[in-house]
Parts: sequence; structure tokens; C-alpha cells
Amino acid sequence: MARKTIREAINEALRQEMARDPDVIIIGEDVSGGAGGSGEEDAYGGVMGVTKGLIGEFGRERVIDTPISESAIMGAAAGAATTGLRPVAELMFVDFVGVCFDQIMNQAAKFRYMFGGKARTPMVLRTMIGAGFRAAAQHSQSLYHLFTAVPGLKCVLPSNAYDAKGLMIQAIRDDDPVIFFEHKALYDIADEVPDEAYTIPFGEANFTREGDDVTIVAFSRMVHIANEVADKLRREGVSVEVLDPRTSSPLDTDSILESVEKTGRLVIVDESAARCGLAGDIAGMVAQEGFDFLRGPIRQVTVPHTPVPFAPTLEDAYIPSPAKVEAAVRQLLDTKPRRMSA
Amino acid sequence: MSLHAVKVPKWGLSMEEGAVVEWHVAEGDDIAVGDELLEVETSKIANAVESPVAGRVVRIVAQPGETLAVGGLLAVIAAAGGSPSAAEIDDFVEAFHANFVPGGDEEEGATAGPQTLDVDGVRISYLAAGSGEAIPLVLVHGFGGDANNWLFNLAELAIARPVFALDLPGHGASTKTVGEGSVASLAATLLGFLDALAIPRAHLAGHSMGGAVVLEATRRAPERVASLALVASAGLGGLVNGEYLRGFIAGQSRRDMKPVLAQLFCDPSLVSRDLIEDILKYKRLDGVTASLETLSAGIFPGGRQTAALRGVLDDPARPALVIWGREDRIVSSDDAHGLPGHVRVEVLDDVGHMPHMEAAGQVNRLLQEHLG
Repeated sequence: MARKTIREAINEALRQEMARDPDVIIIGEDVSGGAGGSGEEDAYGGVMGVTKGLIGEFGRERVIDTPISESAIMGAAAGAATTGLRPVAELMFVDFVGVCFDQIMNQAAKFRYMFGGKARTPMVLRTMIGAGFRAAAQHSQSLYHLFTAVPGLKCVLPSNAYDAKGLMIQAIRDDDPVIFFEHKALYDIADEVPDEAYTIPFGEANFTREGDDVTIVAFSRMVHIANEVADKLRREGVSVEVLDPRTSSPLDTDSILESVEKTGRLVIVDESAARCGLAGDIAGMVAQEGFDFLRGPIRQVTVPHTPVPFAPTLEDAYIPSPAKVEAAVRQLLDTKPRRMSA
Repeated sequence: MSLHAVKVPKWGLSMEEGAVVEWHVAEGDDIAVGDELLEVETSKIANAVESPVAGRVVRIVAQPGETLAVGGLLAVIAAAGGSPSAAEIDDFVEAFHANFVPGGDEEEGATAGPQTLDVDGVRISYLAAGSGEAIPLVLVHGFGGDANNWLFNLAELAIARPVFALDLPGHGASTKTVGEGSVASLAATLLGFLDALAIPRAHLAGHSMGGAVVLEATRRAPERVASLALVASAGLGGLVNGEYLRGFIAGQSRRDMKPVLAQLFCDPSLVSRDLIEDILKYKRLDGVTASLETLSAGIFPGGRQTAALRGVLDDPARPALVIWGREDRIVSSDDAHGLPGHVRVEVLDDVGHMPHMEAAGQVNRLLQEHLG
């Protein structure tokens, strides 16, 4: 086993699945780069270099550069999937979903349901999320809550390289449309990743820290912020459990409730949205299913209800920080259980 | 003045730190070699730390709840007969901390990372520890296990001899193909592994299914086996817990696996989330489910054992040790009954199917006596 970055882990997953299954293809803007021009072939390998090298191994037939037309990419991928291919389509930034949401929401997500279970749509949509890159309001959002709200889509949010590879292989082999959200800030995060192919089932949370006092549920990059807070508080004798659901749809509600039953305190850290985001969704679920476990109010640490600011100081303030998460945990620990009247 | 540092041991390659759970001794207590001093917990498993020397506990440095890096100072023991002053102990502790670099020095007998070699076209991964001219010891894990099952034993046993722990085909980091999936094919791989390492003769120790494998290897090549140690071994009786095998193969999630793995131990609290996660990481690899199904169908069809190998123990010239946990729920300790008189049989109380993990200190001592 070797240490690999998330970028390398996803690349390896794509390479192994393309070698294993000739039906797997890649389609998107600059997934190799250089198509139709006189310049260097494979100049980009995707803007972040995730698909670099694949064209050399699998050729232009299977690594398809497209014009800048997201609706065409997603429509082609959804159609190809129904004919038996397994396309991995790239939506460079999730912010661009506005022009192609019909192909995803009304077409790919609905085929299996509307054709009476007789159609399969084994497509993967890879896309980038996340603020912090000084890329302004149209290239910095984390819109996974929009997709999570659509029945028929599976939503995957890897926070580490081991998960990224296993979840990507699972996504490619899955017969339903899977949206695979890659956080811009995590591509260089590395950990031990097996060289062999493996799959991680969807809907199975990962406990990244074990603790008894407070549960933090966090997705994607926020898992690392939660871990940082857990490690800091542990030195003070506060034991924080961190749970990474890995997928927002399906969501491992059993593991969340199991943890909250133990700790009685819940903080949710979520970069998606202040309103109608994953934090509110999970808070609602726990309030409904696990109210009796709670020893204090559920705390949500989210982005504010604003576009992602371009001013660097404001952008930094926008992202949930370790300090904000720590403050939420401390506030919760200080909350006295309300006395119940008999 | 002879003062001895009790340090956080390194149990397995991934262990970086350990937390003190509780002390079984107090300052001033006299202790013998092998006495349990304290309980240390890693994210994977808890185990007792035993005294490496005889003497008196003169300073307990790490308190319950504290987490220390591997090699960190837990306590100070004065060799028998000594009575150091408080200042001498202070100096010793201070000097230790001044020189201690977490993760810096490798302990004696520590294992390097896994290595691989090729046996008849199959990649076999293994751990190696120790050195010297003594006859090597080869450890063979059971169904669904891997070389890391010996994490509490490898370094200890490697003090006196070279020790190898392999991943059988279909397991750990070895190739995930098992051929016909019989005890005979696994034994052939084991003998091929000895050939590849140019080991003419070895002590063999096997756990559970691995016990049947070392028995079969002995039957095939008796001249190559100096002694046999069998831990909760298959091959000696007719039955195995078929429900455990089915659950182990079918389990997909932490919640599926927890009750299955709890059957392995007398104390089910040993099944931590990290231990389950390690097994899930293995089970998620391509080819593992098929390998396990083939092995289960070939070796334990319908909860019955196909390999009847008691006769291998009949040769009084080959020392044999059989260790079992009385609370074994996978392979009954009744299978240890009725063995030839020259076979040493030790059935341990309050221990399940994993004596080498659950009672590592006892098992290490028994193996050391057995190996001489």
C-alpha cells in the first residue's frame, strides 16, 4: 500500500475501471485538453489534472473533450448510459449546473422510475465544489444540497483519498446516476490507498474520531476542520466524535442517531448552504428521530446566507472555520439540560 | 542503580500512540517478569502490558486517560534488590524525556513494512522480524485474517529467532485468488513460501484454518517441520461455526460485522470500530468475497470440516503445542480432547477464538517454552 493523494486516487480508480470495463468512458471540457487544436495533447487532463494520462492509455474514443456546452455533456452522458455505456461526465465547477440541470434532474434522475424500472442510467457526474480559491461567487459554491434534494440521484462527498478511490469505483459500477463532489482544497490530501480495486458501499458513514461528549457530523472538507477541533479539545479532556457520512444520498441516518444517542450533543458542519442545506436536513432528522437523546440544542455551523464573497478577508470569514466549530462545541457543552417539570 | 523504563509497546505497524486505561500495580509493588502492569488501549484494541523485568515499581509516570506516543515512558521499575532515591528516579525520568523522540527510534524486534514474493504466480505478502541462525518460525493466520493478527506476538517471538507471518492467498495484501480453495492448495502455497525464502526447516504455528494448513503442510513434508503450534485450530474436529462464516462473508457494513466479529472474542468489547473498519477495508477489495466463498465451500462446507488431520500429531518426535480458548465459539475447544500424550494441550479460561490477541502474554510465553 502506498500514500496517494485524492487526485491520484481518483485517477487510479478511473484508470482501473476503464481497463476492467470497455464501456467506461470519460467526457467533459478539457478532460484531456488539446482536442481540435494544434497544441499539446493531454495538455490539461482536467483543470486539476485528475484525468491526466488517461487519453494516452485509452485514446480519444474513450476520453472525449467537448465544446463548452454543459447541457450537451450531461445529455450525451445520460443518453449513453441508457444504451449501456458507463460515462464519467465532468461538470468542471458545480456552479455551472444551472445550464444543464434539466438533463440531470428531469432526465437522468427520472429514467429508472418513469420507465418502470426497465432503464438503467449508470452515469457518474464528477464536479468540483468549495470556497477558498479566490474564484468568486460563480466558481466557489458547494451546491450538493441541490442534488441531494432530487430523488434518483446518489450524492458522494469523499473527504480522503481512501474513500475517494473506493467511492469512485462504486459510483462507476452503480447502475444509477451518481454525483461525485470533489472539493478543490482536498486534491493534495494523501493517505494509505490500496493498489487493488475496491468499493465502498454508499450510505455507510465513517467515524474519523471516536468520542463520548459531542458528535460532529461533517462532509467533505469540513471533516478535516471537525477533526482538527476534535484533536484540540481532546487535549483538554473533551471527547468529540466526528462522523463523515461519505454520501449525502443515501444518508446513513442510523450511524448519526447511534452516535447522538451516545453523546446527546450534535454539531453539524456544512459548507453547502445556510438555508435548506445538509445541516438543516440532518438537524431536522435528528430532532424528529432522536429528540429524546439530546441534552442540548442542535448546533449548525454553516456558511452564511450570502454568495461566496470575492474579497479574500470576507471569503475566509465565509467558510466554517475551526474557531467557529470549536465555539459551537463549547457552547453546547456549557448548555445546562433543561429541568423537566413532572 | 539499575532502573528500567516501561514503554508504550508498538502493536502492529499502524500503531502510533496508546492510551493508559488502568494500572494493575501501584508504586512500591514488587513484580515478577510477565506480571500485568497496566492496560493500554489503541484505537484498534486494548491489551495488557507485562513487566519485562523483575523488581519494584518505583514510579508510575503515565496516568489513566493519558495518551502517549509509542515508546513513551509509562513507568519506572527498579531491578530486584535495588532501592533508588527519589532524586535518582527523577533524573532517570528527566533523562528519558530529554532523549525521547516520538516515532524516532525503532524498537528491537520491530517489524519493517510488509514485503512480497511470488509463489507459483501468486503474490504473497508477509511480515518478517528478527534474525539469527535459529530455526525460523512461520505464523499462519485463519479464515478472513491476515499477518497482522499476530501483532502482539511477532516482535516478542522474534527476539530469539527469525519470524515470518504471511498473508495466505485471498487474504491481506496477497493476490485475491485461491485456486480450488482447499487446505491442500493453501499448504502447497505455504511450502512454496518456505522454498521462496530458502527455509529448509521451520517451526510452524497456525491459527484456526491456518492450523489445518500447517498440519497439512506437515503431512506433505514432515522433514521440513521442526515443531507445530496450533491455536484454536481447524483440522482436529468435525465442526466449525457455519453461521459465523456466512455472516463474515456476507457482512457489508459496520453494523453487519459487529455482532459477527463479537463471536471471535470472549470479551466482545475488544471489537472496536477501527478493528471492524480494518476488516471491512479487506472485504471491500475486489476478489475477496469470491475467495472467501471458495475457501468456505472447500474447507468448511455447511459448517463441517473437510480436513481431518489429527493423525499428523501422532509422531512423538515432533513437539506439538495446542492452545485453545475455553470460550471459543468458532471452533470448539472440545476438539483438543483425546490428542496423543506427547502433545501439550493448554486451554485458557475467559478466552475466545483469538487467544493470540486476547491472551497474548500467555500465548507468547507458551510459544516461547514450546520453541525452547
